[in-house]
Amino acid sequence: MINAIRQLIRPVGTIDVVVIGAGHAGLAASYFLSQQSIDHVVLERGEIANSWRYERWDSLKLLTPNWQSRLPGFEYAGEDPDGFMSMPEVIGFIEEYARFSAAPVKTHTIVQSVQRHLGAYRVVTNRGVWHAKAVVIASGACNIANQPRASKDVPREIASLTAHDFRTADQLERGGVLIVGASATGLQFADEIQRAGHEVTIATGEHVRLPRTYRGRDIQFWMHSTGLLDESYEEIDDVSRARGLSSPQLVGSHDLQILDLNSLSDNGVKVVGRLMGINNGTAQFSGSLRNVCALADLKMNRLLEAIDDWIDHNPVLCDAPERFDPTRVDDNPSLLLDLENSNIRTIIWATGFRPDYSWLDVPVLDRKGRLRHEGGVVDAPGMYVLGLPMLRRRKSSFIHGIEDDARDLMAHLADHMRYGVAASGSRAA
Amino acid sequence: MTDVTAIVDNGVNVEALLGAREALTEAPEAAKFVWRASSEWKGGTHTQSSVEGFFGLGEEQKHVKQFNYDSDHPEIFASEDKGSTPVEFILVGLAGCLTAGIASVAQNRGIQLHSVKATLDAPMDIQGILGIDSDVRNGFDAITVNYEIDADASQEDIAALVAQSQKRSAVFDIITNPTNVNVEVNK
Repeated sequence: MINAIRQLIRPVGTIDVVVIGAGHAGLAASYFLSQQSIDHVVLERGEIANSWRYERWDSLKLLTPNWQSRLPGFEYAGEDPDGFMSMPEVIGFIEEYARFSAAPVKTHTIVQSVQRHLGAYRVVTNRGVWHAKAVVIASGACNIANQPRASKDVPREIASLTAHDFRTADQLERGGVLIVGASATGLQFADEIQRAGHEVTIATGEHVRLPRTYRGRDIQFWMHSTGLLDESYEEIDDVSRARGLSSPQLVGSHDLQILDLNSLSDNGVKVVGRLMGINNGTAQFSGSLRNVCALADLKMNRLLEAIDDWIDHNPVLCDAPERFDPTRVDDNPSLLLDLENSNIRTIIWATGFRPDYSWLDVPVLDRKGRLRHEGGVVDAPGMYVLGLPMLRRRKSSFIHGIEDDARDLMAHLADHMRYGVAASGSRAA
Repeated sequence: MTDVTAIVDNGVNVEALLGAREALTEAPEAAKFVWRASSEWKGGTHTQSSVEGFFGLGEEQKHVKQFNYDSDHPEIFASEDKGSTPVEFILVGLAGCLTAGIASVAQNRGIQLHSVKATLDAPMDIQGILGIDSDVRNGFDAITVNYEIDADASQEDIAALVAQSQKRSAVFDIITNPTNVNVEVNK
């Protein structure tokens, strides 16, 4: 009786699998678990597609065209296969998927701790405790916006925003803006903010340059057709480095053939080297700008050559090969910027994102705070992760990339449920 | 067409380097090195410096012998020119570091090198060090490195070698990025 009352107040569930996160990854996991009739629940801290809802800037569009928007058993059915979804459209797409797959989602259920308990897992939430034989971590790759040490040294009168804080150029004080980082995020910020009338400086370290369209087709068409997106993590040279690469300089729009440092400079953005530190109110930039641009140009051209080579062997209707101008670098890019006496009013840290595992009380993190896993099979029996960059394939972090990963990993999970130790033993050491 | 069966030998033991990389990924503490030099004033602007010991892989290490260097200034500075100007050592260090990197990356990528020559130019306005104009910095205005490389590889692959070498170069990093320098005096 007391137990029954306690359950009413603080429901304790025992279930085969707890999936953490009801974004596209958690819902895809749920789809395959349901297919195999594995009893599970999807715990969501907020609402379905929560990160897409609350942790993205206003103008963001998916970097993949609509024809690629696909989840297990579910496809984009709209009228614009070559367009790019806005965030409200992504949220709608994922919500629709949750209805279609009838995923057992518990919203507003915040996971506070996951612990190993009697050979299984104890998942503590604000709405009770779950016991599960397996846990699927699908809580996202971008929970925390990175802020390098230098962000602590920003002069007090200058606003310092993370990539999660920035929503729209309208929120910024008039005046100059220093954007730190030249990935997709930094480039999109720089483009939007400069167009809104601010003077933008962008600090540029290593980056990945990529055209939106090549030979008349979207770059994703080529990445898909050449099989590059399906390349396995086991085939990727130095996968741990590859997983840490910044996102390619893309934007979900066909307005420009290529959004790059050249197109930004054409609009008046000032390009400087990587921000190395802020010393007594002066920002210091690396003198390596020319080389990071040379590296990005070389790597882009290598990819374009690989695409040309593939086209030579696989006739496709497309335009002639083309090459883009090398990245233009000033003869003497600024190495110092006196923040206190310049017109810079805002610094935005577009320096990458990382997952939040502060709730994970199982010793599965490496010394850099990353999950130890082999293609998504976490280094703890019955624990899995989905939705991280290049988890199992190059496409792993894309919406359409989740299907193959979720299928593989939920099959592994099903084996684990059936055979326990044997399946966990198959994990590479 | 390069004979793909030919064995590339740039005299760099890449297997050993890759092995070390793997081993040090597992044991990051062993990757912590300390480099050392000592110096003694000889008179005028002449200083003699030497290197021999360093710390790495968790213990004290030694070069095969002690290496000595004289630094001085040329006669036009009213010095005796008993050795290179200290700023020239910076160029020597950069050339040595980038070229070693090129050889290692070439070995790793299976590119045979035949010759790798570089010239380095580093303009400097000495009004800075003489204290004539406080707007002029003491150091180089910039550094230009010009490589002439003869190798069994395309122009683009050679460019990629040189770019990768900069990316992994300690001296390139030391020069292009700020470093805190603590100079202390013991009696």
